[in-house]
Amino acid sequence: MGQLAAFIVLSIVTLAAAVVVVGSGNIVRSALSLIPTFLGITGIYILLQAEFVAGIQVLIYAGAITVLILFVIMLTEHGSGVRFRQVNEQVPLGMIVAGALAAFLIATFVTTAWPTSSGALPQYTASGVGTTFMTNMVLVFEATSLVLLVALIGAIVIARRER
Amino acid sequence: MVSWPLEILKAIGLAAVIFTFLAVVAAMFGVLLERKIGGWIQSRLGPKHVGPQGLFQTLADTLKLLQKEHIQPRAADRAIFNAAPLIVAVAGLMSWVVIPFGTLGERVLVVRDLNIGIVFFAGMASMTVIGILAGGWSSNNKYSLLGGLRSASQMVSYELPLGMALVAVAMEAGTLSTVGIVRAQDGWFGSFVFRQFPAFVIFLIAATAEVNRVPFDLPEAESELVAGYFSEYTGMRFALFQLGEYGEMFAMAAMTATLFFGGWKGPILPPLVWFLLKMYVVVFFLMWVRWTYPRYRLDQLLNLSWKVLLPAGLVWILITGYRITF
Amino acid sequence: MLLVDWLYVGVFVVVGIIMAALPLAIVWLLAPRVDYPQKYTTYESGVVPFGQAWAQFNVRYYLFSLVFVIFAVEVIYLYPWAIVFRQIGKYAFYSMTVFLVILLLGLIYAWRKGALEWV
Repeated sequence: MGQLAAFIVLSIVTLAAAVVVVGSGNIVRSALSLIPTFLGITGIYILLQAEFVAGIQVLIYAGAITVLILFVIMLTEHGSGVRFRQVNEQVPLGMIVAGALAAFLIATFVTTAWPTSSGALPQYTASGVGTTFMTNMVLVFEATSLVLLVALIGAIVIARRER
Repeated sequence: MVSWPLEILKAIGLAAVIFTFLAVVAAMFGVLLERKIGGWIQSRLGPKHVGPQGLFQTLADTLKLLQKEHIQPRAADRAIFNAAPLIVAVAGLMSWVVIPFGTLGERVLVVRDLNIGIVFFAGMASMTVIGILAGGWSSNNKYSLLGGLRSASQMVSYELPLGMALVAVAMEAGTLSTVGIVRAQDGWFGSFVFRQFPAFVIFLIAATAEVNRVPFDLPEAESELVAGYFSEYTGMRFALFQLGEYGEMFAMAAMTATLFFGGWKGPILPPLVWFLLKMYVVVFFLMWVRWTYPRYRLDQLLNLSWKVLLPAGLVWILITGYRITF
Repeated sequence: MLLVDWLYVGVFVVVGIIMAALPLAIVWLLAPRVDYPQKYTTYESGVVPFGQAWAQFNVRYYLFSLVFVIFAVEVIYLYPWAIVFRQIGKYAFYSMTVFLVILLLGLIYAWRKGALEWV
């Protein structure tokens, strides 16, 4: 019961903020509305007992990516004060596609036989994540650092050319 | 079995207690302490007339602020302008969830000993940035926006060394929980300030920058940016920013005490007293620095973070890893 | 027990917002309201504000925040490692050394390319 109520509240927060993100006429408001969205998702991670992932969500998405997005907006010329129209003549088409996608996802969700496991929930704690990184997933772990390095170099190259 | 309604009631009560503690001990008493220490360092008296030795000065200030009109500039973005002080104040409060105050018999006085305590703490510190950036942008004032942007770039830069110092402590203690970290420090020389001295220095510098205090206060430099991101805020909204800021500063001091000085541990005196003592020593240090040093330039500030503290943090983590592994 | 922990966190958020908004309600009841148009102009050292504050800002802010995101991800990777490397032993130390050295190379690259300069 409690978990269901929490899930519903978190979903409403996430979705309401998400609607503002896509619907707001002001791009900074959209960017700031990402924060309740991210925090709502954080709550859902916690309900799934994935505590560490929730910590990542707050630190990386709510704390870092949003700041990055805000800086990018303020970088654009007159980007942040202008009001944009968020609808154009393609709205009907978009609604049809979105409706079809939603119907497809719901159909998949309803028809799939989801594996259910009995017993205790798996513990996605930080130490579990660490142990996995250091044993089975060590190659993935090292590859991540290469991906981060490439991202860093790419970002610097692009940003310097723009200047 | 957990009784949910009871837990919710307990949580509401605790939240009210901690918030009041924050408003009274951190914000009101903190501001008074700041002015008294500032007066003492600059050979003047500081507040003296309201109550004995000016003890009720900030109380009077708060009452005054409560009567002040709230002015919202016409050009401001209404919704975000109003939300920003709330974000900062609540983020300042949330850091206190994981801070252990002391022990009472077998029980540890902490709101909740989260498994990912210090990650949570870092996350809440990063939430403050959003509030400041939102406040600076929504004021639609050149000083505010510049202050907000400077503040955000400063805080994100210092979040990294802060995180690295936290990692170094977590390595030493083998846990992310704050209570676990205090338990891992045994005796006087078991305090991590000895074994993790570089991490301590990095943490203290990064924490000072994270709460925008001198010598890293250029986002709100009153002499050039007229208080930076909150120059358009009046009355109680301004007070909420101050509350968040002082709450965050005291939380940083409390975290320093927890991570490096053994938290509530100490002989003879009760644990709570030890904790408050250690916290106030750090607070005093931060205030001492504030009234003694001039302000950094922005490029110096970023250089210190990216070219000194960040590489130092990385190297220190490797050294700690080497020492513990071999 | 885990969900109880986070229940407290959730309640703290809600109570925190209410208690922070409470003084604002008191202000709304107590404070005077006197309107005249000059009061609501943006502060600009006493002169009439010109132009918009919402203008284009420096690319350097963006560059710093990009580098920040990358290192923030890196620090996040350090946390789980920090609490288990003791049990796993030498192997964990070597793999983290490789990880950190690769990222240190990235930092040196950013440094050499002047991405960390504020001029």
